[in-house]
Amino acid sequence: MTRLQKLRGPLLVNLALALIVVIWIVPIIGLLVSSFRDRQSVQTTGWWNILPHRAWVASESLDPRAEGLVVDEENRVIEVYGTKTTFDELRQGIDVEGKRVQWVGNWRIGKIEVQERKWQVSWDFTLDNYRQVLGGKDFVYNRPDGTQEVIPGDDMWGAIFNSIAVAVPSTVIPILIAAFAAYGFAWMKFPGRRLLFVLVVALLVVPLQIALIPILQFYNKVQLNGTYLAIWLAHTGFGLPLATYLLFNYISTLPRETLESAFIDGASHFTIFMKMILPLSIPALASFAIFQFLWVWNDYLVALIFLGGDKSLMVVTMRLANIVGDRGQDWHLLTAGAFITMVLPLLVFFGLQRYFVRGLLAGSVKG
Amino acid sequence: MDYLLGAERRRSGPLARVVAFILRLALAVLIPLIAFFVLYQGFLFLRAGDAPKWLVAVIAIIWGVGGVAVLYWIFNWLVEMLPDQWTAWLQPFVFIGPAIAILAWYLAVPTVRSFVISLFDRDGLSGAFIGLRNYLTIFTDRQMLQAFRNNILFWIGIATPLTVSFGLLAAVLADRSRWERVAKSLIFMPMAISFVGASVIWNFVYEVKPVGAPQIGLLNAVLTALGGQPQAFTAWTAIAPFNNLFLVIIVLWLQAGYSMTLFSAALKGIPEEILEAARVDGANELQVFFKIMIPYISGTIITVTTTVIIFTLKIFDVVWVMTGGQFGTEVIATQFYRTSFNARNAGLGSAIAIVLFVAVIPVMIYNLRRFKESEAF
Repeated sequence: MTRLQKLRGPLLVNLALALIVVIWIVPIIGLLVSSFRDRQSVQTTGWWNILPHRAWVASESLDPRAEGLVVDEENRVIEVYGTKTTFDELRQGIDVEGKRVQWVGNWRIGKIEVQERKWQVSWDFTLDNYRQVLGGKDFVYNRPDGTQEVIPGDDMWGAIFNSIAVAVPSTVIPILIAAFAAYGFAWMKFPGRRLLFVLVVALLVVPLQIALIPILQFYNKVQLNGTYLAIWLAHTGFGLPLATYLLFNYISTLPRETLESAFIDGASHFTIFMKMILPLSIPALASFAIFQFLWVWNDYLVALIFLGGDKSLMVVTMRLANIVGDRGQDWHLLTAGAFITMVLPLLVFFGLQRYFVRGLLAGSVKG
Repeated sequence: MDYLLGAERRRSGPLARVVAFILRLALAVLIPLIAFFVLYQGFLFLRAGDAPKWLVAVIAIIWGVGGVAVLYWIFNWLVEMLPDQWTAWLQPFVFIGPAIAILAWYLAVPTVRSFVISLFDRDGLSGAFIGLRNYLTIFTDRQMLQAFRNNILFWIGIATPLTVSFGLLAAVLADRSRWERVAKSLIFMPMAISFVGASVIWNFVYEVKPVGAPQIGLLNAVLTALGGQPQAFTAWTAIAPFNNLFLVIIVLWLQAGYSMTLFSAALKGIPEEILEAARVDGANELQVFFKIMIPYISGTIITVTTTVIIFTLKIFDVVWVMTGGQFGTEVIATQFYRTSFNARNAGLGSAIAIVLFVAVIPVMIYNLRRFKESEAF
């Protein structure tokens, strides 16, 4: 291999990889940047305008009638820099000696701007979008023209608390139940052990859609609908096959000798489980915990069905979907709202990525 | 405590033994009763929900998590008070009982119930029995057929191979670069984002403004800069059904990290000697990739493919938030939701769920076979 060839290989690899990475993160960067931009800017210019770019900037502003530029009031003809144009043309903007002349506003009270092309950045950052999305009260928005607009807040703060109240028990309860079951399957002898574990394996891939109608009917009957308990139990049920399967795989490989010596010392199953197995299984518990937490936090369907339309219980994904539905064009709010839903999962993800990957590798088929 | 009571018994007479027995019995009844009462009060408090939100959240967490732990502790305590033989016989059921009960109640029984409901009309079990007519509807209804087409052609046929091959590509590239960890983290990151959040992100990329107005969506800005016409990509009915591809891109973005991670681990498992030997024998990199790496990681390829197929089969959130199933993007799960919860047709909705279930049965059988072969039991 020549030296050139030796260099070319890694260069191509790195370039291709860099291209993929850029494509992957640009949408997120766009979201993040837009969430901090002023409402007016988000609606009218692309978020990449925060980068230096050339744009027309007004350098001079003329009052057309005071300057005597309007030559024909009836046919709307204007003379600027020695050229005659119509009002419609001037509204589009005309080029004169490298500058652009444009009529801004309507015919009666508009003005003429002379614009030059300049390098500029539009850094009009604000925290208003977040204030508005997070708050539960009405938000007063000051329009650039001085008028005010009152907009109801989206109470994302409340939704964050709801999401935590849903996600933490929905993560810990299945882990606890699955750890007990995994220990039972791995270290206890009882009739039907194999058959019951086959049930667990079979249920690994069952689509949760199949359970939604029967469980909703059951919840209606016992008046559980729209309660935290309802959604915890639902997430527990849907997460349990994977949790039991993963934890069994881990717990059944723990060294048998240590446990046997504990038995000889007279420890009960319960003590061994609490004092030895749980601490030893922390890596596996953490893997599944992250998996389940992200799953529950990001879930939309289960929350939509079991928490119902009660606004005070809405989790973050439901709130965000509601903003999409009600005000799908309000990008300053959507981007801020979306970023709020992402903060916690991203922190968990980057902080505990190692465990998350381990959980993925151990088996990741979920119904 | 058991130990203390036992020591007492040896020292004292019959009366004390009877008292101790009654005490134990009373405790055995009282403690669970108190526990259930406290838990029930907590439940009522949570259901009323007048307290400040953060307090409700904290109490909900303590109540939920603590409640489950307390229940386990009580049942185990009760079982351990029984004679040894009984303990040995009953204790396994204390350990696995709750899991089996929840699995049965939340997944196994509903599967059977859904099947039964699917044989009835829109009112479910309280309605009329109509046999297999719901299934006839499913396979003749225009919307359902569109959903099948999208699920099979676009989601299984295009999204799955794209996700698998793209993940493999990223894994191979990352494996050879110096910044493997950073690159992998960034490609993997979308896995932590909700489908609703991802839908907002991509809706923004696809955002369209009228011709002439500045485009604030990245894709349309690029398109118009290159001289094209702005398009509403997911609602681009002129190219239907290929507007589905713009939804496929979102799922590729979300899932490629998963497939990359699994492939990356599998690639690292290939012994270096084998690769070296092939290279020494004069194999070029493409040959090494196709003749050694691919066969070596074929097991992982099967795992990733089945996982992604199962995932795409049930795809819901992305389609629901992006298009609501309009513009020819309907999928099975959105049809299920619309039928069950908007149109409130329990019979037909259940039948759609059963179709989804039947579709994953091959994977279930495959899993069970692998389990049978394993030495774990």
